[in-house]
Amino acid sequence: MYEGAVQNLIDELGRLPGVGPKSAQRIAFHLLAAETADVKRLVHALVEVKERVRFCSVCGNVAEEEQCRICRDPRRDAAVICVVEESKDVVAIERTREFRGRYHVLGGAISPIEGVGPDDLRIRELMARLSDGQITELILATDPNLEGEATATYLARLVKPMGLKVTRLASGLPVGGDLEYADEVTLGRAFEGRRSLEL
Amino acid sequence: MSLVGRRWPRSRRPRAARFARERAIGENGHVSLYRDEGVVLRTQKLGEADRIVTLLTRRTGLVRAVGKGVRRTKSRFGARLEPFTHVDLQLHTGRTLDVITQADTLRAYGEPLVADYPRYTAGTAMLETAEKIVIVEKDPALRQFLLLVGGLRTLAEAAHDPRLVLDAYLLRSLAVAGYAPALEECARCGSHGSHRSFAVHAGGTVCSVCRPAGSAAPAPETVHLMAALLRGDWAQADASDGRHRTECSGLVAAYLQWHLENGIRSLRLVERT
Repeated sequence: MYEGAVQNLIDELGRLPGVGPKSAQRIAFHLLAAETADVKRLVHALVEVKERVRFCSVCGNVAEEEQCRICRDPRRDAAVICVVEESKDVVAIERTREFRGRYHVLGGAISPIEGVGPDDLRIRELMARLSDGQITELILATDPNLEGEATATYLARLVKPMGLKVTRLASGLPVGGDLEYADEVTLGRAFEGRRSLEL
Repeated sequence: MSLVGRRWPRSRRPRAARFARERAIGENGHVSLYRDEGVVLRTQKLGEADRIVTLLTRRTGLVRAVGKGVRRTKSRFGARLEPFTHVDLQLHTGRTLDVITQADTLRAYGEPLVADYPRYTAGTAMLETAEKIVIVEKDPALRQFLLLVGGLRTLAEAAHDPRLVLDAYLLRSLAVAGYAPALEECARCGSHGSHRSFAVHAGGTVCSVCRPAGSAAPAPETVHLMAALLRGDWAQADASDGRHRTECSGLVAAYLQWHLENGIRSLRLVERT
């Protein structure tokens, strides 16, 4: 045990995800040895993230204003909505530069075993967005695991009567992988979603 | 000359010679690996890319094991360790949690289930019940395992109403655990016959003399349906009426939660077809 402030810092750092007691101690002593300006910058960043960041009133993504950067951008296609589980997924899709529409962040996936049902997600907000008639396509980009698939099935069933085009991201072989190591489920999906090569 | 027969000075004796002397041929006691097959009940995220996987296995019973790196897209067996999958596994005994070293799919029940939301919710309630009813880790529960595999297969085949499959599984799982409800006699005095009242805390149907306050009064058809589900009489169960099925589900849920003490969270989210 260290005295007061140092131990206090170690305890606080130890509460972060993936930081154990030894890592916490290492970070604490690193901070102790660092320049005061560097530490002040870190403190500022921490305070700022809590004070300035909020959730977009339209899509639920992290934002610094009422609406996020993507929802404010007039160049984005307002007719297509891509549904994702978390804000992290928006960033992942943005990196592909393939998608020019807008997003909707659900805030998780349906997981009955964890007690998360449809009412705990931002599904009602999504329905409200779809009801204005502007949207023509809904892309379901939830995770390709069991909860994500179940959420996609649930949404597809809910949206079907509205007559929109509902699509699901393809599942298949990872680029740069070996076919022999692919599991049966993934390989089966890759076969199911195969496409003709038009040369 | 063989490694074992030769006399080595203690400091120069190779490792292989040391072990060859201690071990009988064919014995592999130093490696704490074991093989088993099981159904994945639930997964929880662990650290950066790992998952804690809870399984109900054929020989070992309930096992909690770590799947290393299974959340990465390039993981070789991540997709096989999704809930509902019946897998053949190789595990390494760890200090607190075992580590999964290999996994092969025997049957993936998850695929047909996620495509049908009411079936999926019924399935998750089955998985959660299996975990809560077995409770003790590494205590063989073969009958519970067989019951779960049979239940998931029936659910995936989509031959019966998912609600009925779920209730049949819950009733039989309770029966295997020693909590079978009394349906053809009074739970208190044991007098035979179909009784009108059902008391969850008494353990099933009760006669008019023993009837405690607050007993339910289900329709006789509902009690017959429960008995049919417990016996596995699908012809009678499939012919039952919607309102008796609903009443049956309510009683089974109440009975299950009474005996398990902890609530089954997914039961609240099970959808009716």
